[in-house]
Amino acid sequence: MMGTILQSRLLPIKLSHSSLLFSPSQHSRSNLKFTSKSSPSTITMASIKVHGVPMSTATMRVLAALYEKELEFELIPVDMRAGAHKQEPFLSLNPFGQIPALQDGDLTLFESRAITEYIADEYSEKGEKLMCPGCNKVKALTKVWLNVEGQQFDPIASKIAFERVFKGMFGMTTDPAAVQDLEGKLVRVLDIYEARLSKSEFLACDCFTLADLHHLPVIHYLMGTDSKALFESRPKVCEWVKKITARPAWAKVVDLQKQ
Amino acid sequence: NMVVKLFGQIKAGNPQRVLLCFLEKGIEFEVIHVDLNTFEQKKPEYLLRQPFGQVPAIEDGDLKLFESRAISRYYATKYADQGTDLLGKTLEQRAIVEQWMEVEANYFNVVVLPLVINIVFTPKFDVALVEELKVKLDKVLDVYENQLAMNRYLAGAEFSLADLTHMPGMRYIMNEAGLGSMITSRENVNRWWNEMSARPAWKKLMEMAAY
Repeated sequence: MMGTILQSRLLPIKLSHSSLLFSPSQHSRSNLKFTSKSSPSTITMASIKVHGVPMSTATMRVLAALYEKELEFELIPVDMRAGAHKQEPFLSLNPFGQIPALQDGDLTLFESRAITEYIADEYSEKGEKLMCPGCNKVKALTKVWLNVEGQQFDPIASKIAFERVFKGMFGMTTDPAAVQDLEGKLVRVLDIYEARLSKSEFLACDCFTLADLHHLPVIHYLMGTDSKALFESRPKVCEWVKKITARPAWAKVVDLQKQ
Repeated sequence: NMVVKLFGQIKAGNPQRVLLCFLEKGIEFEVIHVDLNTFEQKKPEYLLRQPFGQVPAIEDGDLKLFESRAISRYYATKYADQGTDLLGKTLEQRAIVEQWMEVEANYFNVVVLPLVINIVFTPKFDVALVEELKVKLDKVLDVYENQLAMNRYLAGAEFSLADLTHMPGMRYIMNEAGLGSMITSRENVNRWWNEMSARPAWKKLMEMAAY
C-alpha cells in the first residue's frame, strides 16, 4: 500500500508557565483549573505530576492509565521546541531526556510502560483494574501481551506514525517506500492479533488491561491516516480498536490535545 | 493597520528566518500567534494562508505569502535601501547571494532538518540515520569551512541573506541538537557563527524567543 503524504500538521508546542490541573469528575473544558506554578495559592496539591505534552504518544499512554484509574494529577508541559527535555531540570527526572516523566510524592519514574504498571499496581483498588485478575498464570498472559505491544507492535507502528503524521508536522515528507515496507511488517503482526482476538475479547484476557491500553496512542494516530485500512480490514482487530478507542478515559486524553 | 502580520510562533525555525529579516531591515511587524494546541493550522481559515498547514505565513495589506525564504527575499528586495543590505549592490553580487541561499535549502537544510527532528523530537530515534546525516553534514560544513576561509561571509565580505537564512538551523545545531562541536571544531565556520550571532538583530530575536 502506497503511503500518501499527509496534510502537514504542526506539533503544538507552546511555552507555558501554567500547569494544568485535572480532576476525574470534570467533563467539560470549562471546569478545568489553570494554576500558575509561581502562584503562592496553588489550588490543589496533586501528588501525581506528569511532565510531558498531550501530543506525545508516550505521554498519552500514561495519561490514559491515570484517567482509567480516576486519579487526580497535574500535567506539567515540557517545552520541547526549546529543548527543555534535553536540559536540566528535566534531565534530573529522566536522564535520557525523553518525555514523559512522572512524580508521585518522592517517587520519580520514566519509561511510560513502567509508569503505567506502577499506576496499575499502586492504585489497584481504584478505577479500572488494568491487570488481569486472578492467579499468576493469568497475570503472566498480560505480561506476554504487554511485551508483544512493546517488542512486536510498537517498533513498527510508531515508525509508520512518524512517517505519516509527525514528519509532516515538521515540514518533512513521508517516504512512501518506507511506509510500504513497514506496513508489510505490521500486517503480519495484525494477523496474529486477529487470531488472538478470535479467542479472547481483549488481548490478554476477556477484560481491558494495560496490554490493550498501551496500543492506544499509536493506533489513535494511525487511524487518522491511510494505515487505518490495515486495522479496518481485519474484523476482530477492527472491533477491538473500536472498543478501546471508545473508552471514556481515552476520550479525555484525546480531548487534551484540543485545549 | 499597515504593519505586516506574521502568522506563526517565535520559537520555530522558519518564522525566525522571516523575523530576523524584519529585524535586520528595521521593518515593523506584528506576530499573530497560531495556536498549534487547538490545531488552528489545520482549520480551513489557516489553510487558506498556507495550504500545507505550516508556519510562517504573512499578510501585508493585500499581499499574502508563505515559504519563509520567499518572504525574506521579497522584503529584502522591497526594502533594499533600508536597514542592512541583504542582497548585495549589483545583480552579480545578488546572484552569489542567491547561490548560497540555494545551498542552504538544498544541501544544509535537507540534512539539518531531519537531524534536528530525530535528535530533538523523536524519543527513540534511528541511530543509524542520525549517524548517516552527521556524516553528510560534516561534508557540507567542510565546504563552508573552505568558503569561509576565503570570505568573511558566505557570499563575500558582507553579511547577506545567504548567511541569515542559515541562522535558525545553526541555532538548533548549537543548542538542542547538541552538535556544537561540529561548528566549534571548524575555525572559520566557528568564526562565522560567532559573528552572526553577535548581531543586534539576532540578539533581539533571541530576546523575543525567550528560550
